Amino acid sequence: MLLGRTANGLYWMNRYIERAENMARLVDAGLRMALTRTQSASEEWNSVLLSAGSDVTFSQKYSDYTAANVADFLLRDTSNPSSTMASIETARNNARMVRTALTRETWESINEAWMSLKRMLAKPIDERDLPSVLDAIKRETALIRGSFYGTMLRNEIFDFSQLGTYVERADNTARILDVKYYVLLPSISWVGSTLDNYQWESILRSVSAHRSYRWVYDADYKPTNIADYLILNVRMPRSLMFCYRFLSEHLKFLGDDYGERHACHATAEKTQTMLRAGSIKGIFDAGLHEFLANFIRDNTKLGEEIAQDYRFN
Amino acid sequence: MTEKMQDAERVFRKTGITFAVYGEQEASERLIPFDIVPRIISGNEWRRLTQGIEQRVQALNAFLDDIYHRQEILRAGRVPRELIARNEAFLPEMIGVRPPAGVYTHIIGVDIVRISEDEFYVLEDNARTPSGVSYMLENRETMMQLFPELFQKIKVRPVENYPQLLRQSLAAVRPQSTKGAPTIAVLTPGSFNSAYFEHAFLADQMGVQLVEGQDLRVVDGHVAMRTTEGYKQIDVLYRRVDDSYLDPLTFRPDSALGIPGIMDVYRAGNITIANAPGTGIADDKAIYSYMPEIIEFYTGRKAILGNIPTWRCSEPDSLKYVLEHIDELVIKEVHGSGGYGMLVGPAATKKECETFAKKLQAKPSNYIAQPTLALSTCPILTEKGLAPRHVDLRPYVLVSDRIQIVPGGLTRVALKEGSLVVNSSQGGGTKDTWVLDD
Repeated sequence: MLLGRTANGLYWMNRYIERAENMARLVDAGLRMALTRTQSASEEWNSVLLSAGSDVTFSQKYSDYTAANVADFLLRDTSNPSSTMASIETARNNARMVRTALTRETWESINEAWMSLKRMLAKPIDERDLPSVLDAIKRETALIRGSFYGTMLRNEIFDFSQLGTYVERADNTARILDVKYYVLLPSISWVGSTLDNYQWESILRSVSAHRSYRWVYDADYKPTNIADYLILNVRMPRSLMFCYRFLSEHLKFLGDDYGERHACHATAEKTQTMLRAGSIKGIFDAGLHEFLANFIRDNTKLGEEIAQDYRFN
Repeated sequence: MTEKMQDAERVFRKTGITFAVYGEQEASERLIPFDIVPRIISGNEWRRLTQGIEQRVQALNAFLDDIYHRQEILRAGRVPRELIARNEAFLPEMIGVRPPAGVYTHIIGVDIVRISEDEFYVLEDNARTPSGVSYMLENRETMMQLFPELFQKIKVRPVENYPQLLRQSLAAVRPQSTKGAPTIAVLTPGSFNSAYFEHAFLADQMGVQLVEGQDLRVVDGHVAMRTTEGYKQIDVLYRRVDDSYLDPLTFRPDSALGIPGIMDVYRAGNITIANAPGTGIADDKAIYSYMPEIIEFYTGRKAILGNIPTWRCSEPDSLKYVLEHIDELVIKEVHGSGGYGMLVGPAATKKECETFAKKLQAKPSNYIAQPTLALSTCPILTEKGLAPRHVDLRPYVLVSDRIQIVPGGLTRVALKEGSLVVNSSQGGGTKDTWVLDD
């Protein structure tokens, strides 16, 4: 038995931890592109902002798409509610609220992440320090994840936390794929061909999968393979399939524990079944963008249903 | 030792034990300074103290029961009637209400100071929602981490079981109608409250839910919390929300922290609220000065623990004396707490005294005055080594079908040289308190 408010706090705490890390990863990928590309990097930074869903708010504040501005906006700016700093702050506020549901190790890791990032992101980041700042952010969230997985009892508290993590992650991966594909794919006729272009690496890099891709597929970056990897590969920890495998599993645990199934169970299963039965060819034939737009919509709906079914709001 | 001090600071910062101080926005995550030199109380001293505290706590509960029922003490003329009737801490809504098990104030923190070898005085009875017990527990935890070898050599009586005792104590005062094991919850105003850490800490240690007003509502004549599986009944509510915010239907209508209708459930005997609403009438500073009479009236014996001599400014003679000696006295607001709105005469400038005198004359009944006592000191570790500082002690008392006092308490220490104000909101610190097993 858990307070609805506690379940809500756990869910959002984990969504925001995931988001804090995703922002760092997006900036990392953008930085990489900016360093390796010969022509203007502003297009790449724009696509980073699009993936982060922050392009409109950014353009209200800045006119130049530079590494310094984008990094500042996505990492430090607390007026941007999705920035790493704002996310970790929201995550910590939620953690504070649900503190009695967390192990000491988990709470301390979140509190320490907040303290160290607050210190680190207090002043604008010198471009020379950017790589080490990004590493530090990823290290902090890794420590949180480590304490969480290492010490938490696998009960409803764990389930609600994981629901937050995977709803957020699925949303992120789908958005990255949607945005980057349009920026990078010159024309639809290129789908299926081999693109000897390091730009593709940026998609994989933004989900930390540029090395593991080569373990699964061949060394060349093929648009179909990349999409397959990020959508349908059940072993790839940031793929949509992977997220839904765990979303379904944790919802099933909750359903069994409480002896009750809700609308969210049906929604998650429907998406999982669709992914399991899907082929990458079929997805491309029907239109990748349409597929991802539908997915993002259903994923958002799932989040809302979970909140309603378990009395979050 | 300085190194140990830094270790201690790190432990606290990491675990997030913070205390939000009102009026300091930037410092909203400030730590209460912790001093690593423990305060020692011998077994003998402790025995005498506990006898005095038990007597006092019995009297407090008897007084509350009387005040909300027959008011014998007023009829006997031992406490002036107008002191009760016109007191904001007196809740007419509680008249004739008898709480489950007849206990009004379940958790009490009695502030005690020491004047000389054998002389202890009570400074304040905190009978509403005393805070600070989490510091007592964390201070001990920190000391055991820092000095394990000392605890092996010296027999210090344990305080760690406080949360278990609290839980048992709350369970023992559950409503009679409760079936099976009672469901207990801690009610907090929310995570932005200055004592939120403590609320969460206690709920966690007791293994009960930490709830906010928004989690609760009245369902079928009971208070219930909204859970992931629907509404679940609560039998005992350890509330850390002030009386006036408890029920917007009965008290402040603008309160978003309370539960509409909880007072009806309470009057029907379907929930225990700890501490009971209206206990403030017992620890009110104007009532405080009558405590010796109150104790004698209900226990038939002289008070074991004395009161600090107190001038009630509502009495013309006292007011005259206080105004003449304003630079020697400590003057407090009757309803104030936390060291706000008080004047420490000897430490104040002439101008401050004059300004305060005007406030005093404008509403004398709002103030009491006490002498600045030769408070005992304890050594603390400063940058220049060990130095004496003034301290007080707040032991925590639990009342159910019995009275339990954890051997120890929160020792608060005035960190500024010569200062008498130990409140954490005014720059005070804390230290561990060792009651020896001898």
